[in-house]
Amino acid sequence: MNPEPFSADMVIDAVSAVFMVVGALMSLAAAVGLLRFPDLLSRMHAATKPQVLGLFLLLSAVGLQMRSLWVWPVLVVAWIFQLLTVPVSAHMVGRAGYRTKHLHRERLSSDELEAVVQHAARKRGSTDEEQRGG
Amino acid sequence: MNRKRISLRQELPLLVWLVIVWCALWQDFGPGNLLFGALIAIVVARLFYLPPVELGGRFNVLRAVPFALVFLAKVVAASFQVLYLAVAKGPRVLSAVIAVPLRSHSDLLVTATGHVISLIPGSLVVEVDRSTSTLYIHGVNVRDAADAAKLRKDVRDTEAGLIRIMGTKEEVSALKQEVGS
Amino acid sequence: MMQLVLTVTAVVLSLAAAGVIIRIARGPSLLDRVLAADVLLGILGAALCIDMAVNRHLNNLMLLVAVSIIGFIGSVTVARFVADRREQPRES
Repeated sequence: MNPEPFSADMVIDAVSAVFMVVGALMSLAAAVGLLRFPDLLSRMHAATKPQVLGLFLLLSAVGLQMRSLWVWPVLVVAWIFQLLTVPVSAHMVGRAGYRTKHLHRERLSSDELEAVVQHAARKRGSTDEEQRGG
Repeated sequence: MNRKRISLRQELPLLVWLVIVWCALWQDFGPGNLLFGALIAIVVARLFYLPPVELGGRFNVLRAVPFALVFLAKVVAASFQVLYLAVAKGPRVLSAVIAVPLRSHSDLLVTATGHVISLIPGSLVVEVDRSTSTLYIHGVNVRDAADAAKLRKDVRDTEAGLIRIMGTKEEVSALKQEVGS
Repeated sequence: MMQLVLTVTAVVLSLAAAGVIIRIARGPSLLDRVLAADVLLGILGAALCIDMAVNRHLNNLMLLVAVSIIGFIGSVTVARFVADRREQPRES
């Protein structure tokens, strides 16, 4: 299109290439986080956030490469579904993890839920407060 | 079957969303497909009846667009923050579970806030107390009380933004009073 | 250039998958493994996306959606199941 050596096509290609590499790096970030974080709840951060951004970048790359406006709605819908489902599954896993005491207490600087949970447990009269596994 | 009839106006956002999904999947926004999609959306909404989401009755597009942009930027920041923490801090990272009482008691706003919170940097919803609408949030890299206060303020600000977009009129005026005083 | 991108992303994604599989193998608890499996599905989705972008087709789109739905339903179900089982006294 342009007389310059840098045509619009090449720019789009370059942008999508960058998106793809960064998107793949986000997966790597999730993996590194999974390996290096100490407890389940910190690992959840690593598992959820880079996935959302990674999928966003990769879907954008697909949209850019297809060179067609009609694919964008599908991609946006796919991403919105991801946005809606990822926090839900993360919350479910996190809640189960907290309730089954998969926490390392020494890695928390404060825990304001513990008092509430213990209060509720005392009200219920259950006595399994000592079991805090790792 | 005793079900409350819901007005078409209340159902409209759901129907519009279903039509958009339908057309996006077909990659065809022609009038025929739109009509057929609307038909299917109505049939689906009638057949698979779900309790209606109680909307605030208003939606401020002017506020929604900047909010969406800020949200996108925050998603990017969140990922890079996780990457940084994973590489630099790793096993030594400190976190905290913090209780954040929300202003709004509507299910929609609490859900929306929880979703946004889960996606912005360093926070994740662990538990929700629906009766007092309190979110219990796990924050990563929260070392002391100052960090916790900052996270709490972040969450409250996010909720304020969502209230400005789609809260009820009472919530907005309460928010205005709170900011003004 | 696309060939180079393909190589780089393939290497990066393989490394990521390897790390996640290590976490699945090592993971101290069931929930860790579920989380890691979820991320593994995410990496699979990323690979599908890159295939689509490089080869310029949309055939994998439905597969991508199916994969993410499986990840979602799977982790929610397992989280539910774990929470239910552990609530009974003395077990771990």
